[in-house]
Amino acid sequence: MTRYILRRLAISFGVLFVGSFLMYILTINSGDPLEDLRQSTASNRDVLIQGRIDTMGLDLPWYERYWGWLTGVAGCFYGACDLGTDQSGTDVLSMLQQSASATLRLVTIATFAAIIIGIIVGILTAIRQYSGFDYVVTFLTFLFFSLPVFWAAVLLKEYGAIRFNDWIADPQISVLQAVIVGVLLGFILQGIMGGDMKRRLFTAGATAVFTIAALLYFTYVGWWRSPALGPVIVILVSAAFAVGLVALIAGLGKKRVLYSTLTTVGIGSILYFALQPLLAEPNWWLLLGLFVSAVVVGLVVGYFWGGYSRGQAMALSAVTATFMAGMTFVDHLVYAWAGFLELKPRPISTIGASTPNFQGDFWETTLDWGTQLILPSILLTLISVATYSRYTRSSMLETMNQDYVRTARSKGLSERTVITKHAFRNALIPITTIVALDFAALIGGAVITETVFGWKGMGAMFREGLTHVDPNPVMAFFLVTGTAAVIMNLVADLAYASLDPRIRR
Amino acid sequence: MSEQNRDSAMQGSPEPLPHAGAEVDDPKFADKSYSQGQLVRRRFFRHKGALAGLGVLLFIAVLAFSSIGIGPIPGWWDKDFSTTGTVVNGGKPTMGWFHLGEHPFGQDTTGRDYFAMVMRGTQISLVIAFTVGIVSTMIGTLIGAIAGYFRGWAESLLMRVTDLFIIIPLLVFAAVLGRIAGDSGIFALGLVLAAVTWTGLARLVRGEVLSLREREFVSAAQAIGTGHWRIIMRHILPNTIGVIIVATTFAIASAILLETSLSYLGFGVQPPDISLGSLISDYQTAFTSRPWLFWFPGIFILAIALSVNFIGDGLRDAFDPRQGKDG
Repeated sequence: MTRYILRRLAISFGVLFVGSFLMYILTINSGDPLEDLRQSTASNRDVLIQGRIDTMGLDLPWYERYWGWLTGVAGCFYGACDLGTDQSGTDVLSMLQQSASATLRLVTIATFAAIIIGIIVGILTAIRQYSGFDYVVTFLTFLFFSLPVFWAAVLLKEYGAIRFNDWIADPQISVLQAVIVGVLLGFILQGIMGGDMKRRLFTAGATAVFTIAALLYFTYVGWWRSPALGPVIVILVSAAFAVGLVALIAGLGKKRVLYSTLTTVGIGSILYFALQPLLAEPNWWLLLGLFVSAVVVGLVVGYFWGGYSRGQAMALSAVTATFMAGMTFVDHLVYAWAGFLELKPRPISTIGASTPNFQGDFWETTLDWGTQLILPSILLTLISVATYSRYTRSSMLETMNQDYVRTARSKGLSERTVITKHAFRNALIPITTIVALDFAALIGGAVITETVFGWKGMGAMFREGLTHVDPNPVMAFFLVTGTAAVIMNLVADLAYASLDPRIRR
Repeated sequence: MSEQNRDSAMQGSPEPLPHAGAEVDDPKFADKSYSQGQLVRRRFFRHKGALAGLGVLLFIAVLAFSSIGIGPIPGWWDKDFSTTGTVVNGGKPTMGWFHLGEHPFGQDTTGRDYFAMVMRGTQISLVIAFTVGIVSTMIGTLIGAIAGYFRGWAESLLMRVTDLFIIIPLLVFAAVLGRIAGDSGIFALGLVLAAVTWTGLARLVRGEVLSLREREFVSAAQAIGTGHWRIIMRHILPNTIGVIIVATTFAIASAILLETSLSYLGFGVQPPDISLGSLISDYQTAFTSRPWLFWFPGIFILAIALSVNFIGDGLRDAFDPRQGKDG
């Protein structure tokens, strides 16, 4: 296995090297780097031109320029990184440090959201093949496939940001709007749940009534401007999640697993109160530490409850702990919303990766990031969701027709076990490959999204570099995205090996 | 719980796909035999989405090419896409339910007729998309067939180039090439985009050829001394035609999105030429004041891409009813 991974890594870096050569040569030949100066009417034009020739090394032959860039990059391996300067003499490495985090944050969030949503939607459509729900989702995926991102982005800016900001200034939901939303949600949910007419009607009715009541209640108490979850909701939702997870993956019959996840929720609730003062003004390291310890707590609880199903109990308890940690995090964020609105009356932004000169505590700054991030991530997610759900669906349908699934059914396993254990695990194998391959495409999509939303990210760096025929920023972009793609592929290889024992060597 | 289980068991169990065996079910046709082409055509025309897509695409193409004409040939629309004029009524669209009026899609800020501009953009985007689709199919088929039949260098070239595209985002590579070729006209841009989009099809064709070359009819052809190229051209490729046509359709759909994205970023079609992408790029800030300048080109891109995707879906079901993956 180690040899396999090392071989893959070596190939990847070889390809990275060839790719860098190709990109460099193409970029420096893509136009005239002195075009703007040649047309300028400044009196010191010749001095300016000579200055740029010196900064960019335009008088050197192409191989010397590439070699110079390559030796600078090689310095990164012993701590003396030099990615060169752009045409105005700014150090590219410091430019990169400012821009890389914004882009990688965007792409990572979009990737994870797309994987989770895409796989869930894909499985649901595969289980409910040729139902109304399936047809609607199929049509929507075709729509997202065909959507020009830059065009959709402007629409999203108008309706997702500007209209929302107008609305949040005085949040009102009329009875008619609540009814429309409720009926729509009920209609969607009955399509997913399926069953006979009576059951469908019940699902739709219950959802609609609940949604309408909740929306009207929230509006009445002014929840939209000063929302709160509170301990009761956090604990109840976490407990429901724990039970649902066990029912879905292990089956409620496995008492020990159920008790293990519920114990995790219990410990989580105590910690929820105990950690309140600590979480008032945390930092990311503290949160990371707490997150890791939550997972550890879940594992330990699972270990002691586990018995014969120790592995499953540990895994599910860890997932429950992760979920509960996330809920607590969201709880604090939601609580900070009211104060955040005071600081930033029009919350969803259409330009930039963070509000300039924004002063707030940890939670408010995080909310600021989130509100800047939400529209571009929705956009990137939508397009990948279309791909992933499609692949999951076809992959699921294919495995469900396999002989081993028929065998599993015929020996009397429950449908849940058949789908989660026998079909889904095998269906995941092709999906991993797609996710890894799609990562580069997602970064490419980020170039467009960043342009539309005016982010000063790596996409903007690439775009400006290419416009000015300036190789160093373009190559810095290539270096980060290329390395990220290599790492993603490595992760996919590892996931592949753990899913498919046949390729372990 | 148990009821639900049985329920989903029924739903999930293998079931006949809708197109499979449909010919036999219909008593009127039971005793008549059909050629492969007739079967495909019949299945395609039964796919309503694909049929609607074909209609929309033909309508858009005929509208775009007949209205403002092609090159020196004049069309029926009397206005030009580059002539400026006086802005009438703030440039609002004059199109109503049953009449077009003077400027059906309105005017831009310098008084150019927006209908003529959108039609020009549609023409250019369609020409590039079809150039990319057809040329990348030719390259991809050739390399895929050589890689699958001879293995050797072509196969390793194909695999390494595929590896390259895992690392360099397609859009980025295309942007660099588009920056080089954008000034040399739309066909150059189409060829350059085709040079980076052939890998997917090449891998598909390679996979097909790999399994076909082991079949008896290929061995038979080899045994009577048929040349390699004749085997590829006459015996193997005709058997992959379904895969190739379907992939071409989807390549056209993604090419139109790629080209408009590049033109939006400024690395595709260069002024004075107009693409649907550059129109959106020019007028995206006008969304609040002159929304029609933003809506029309976007709707045309969406309509073209969506209809081509539906045609591709219909073709896939038609060529391979057993697959039915996306039906």
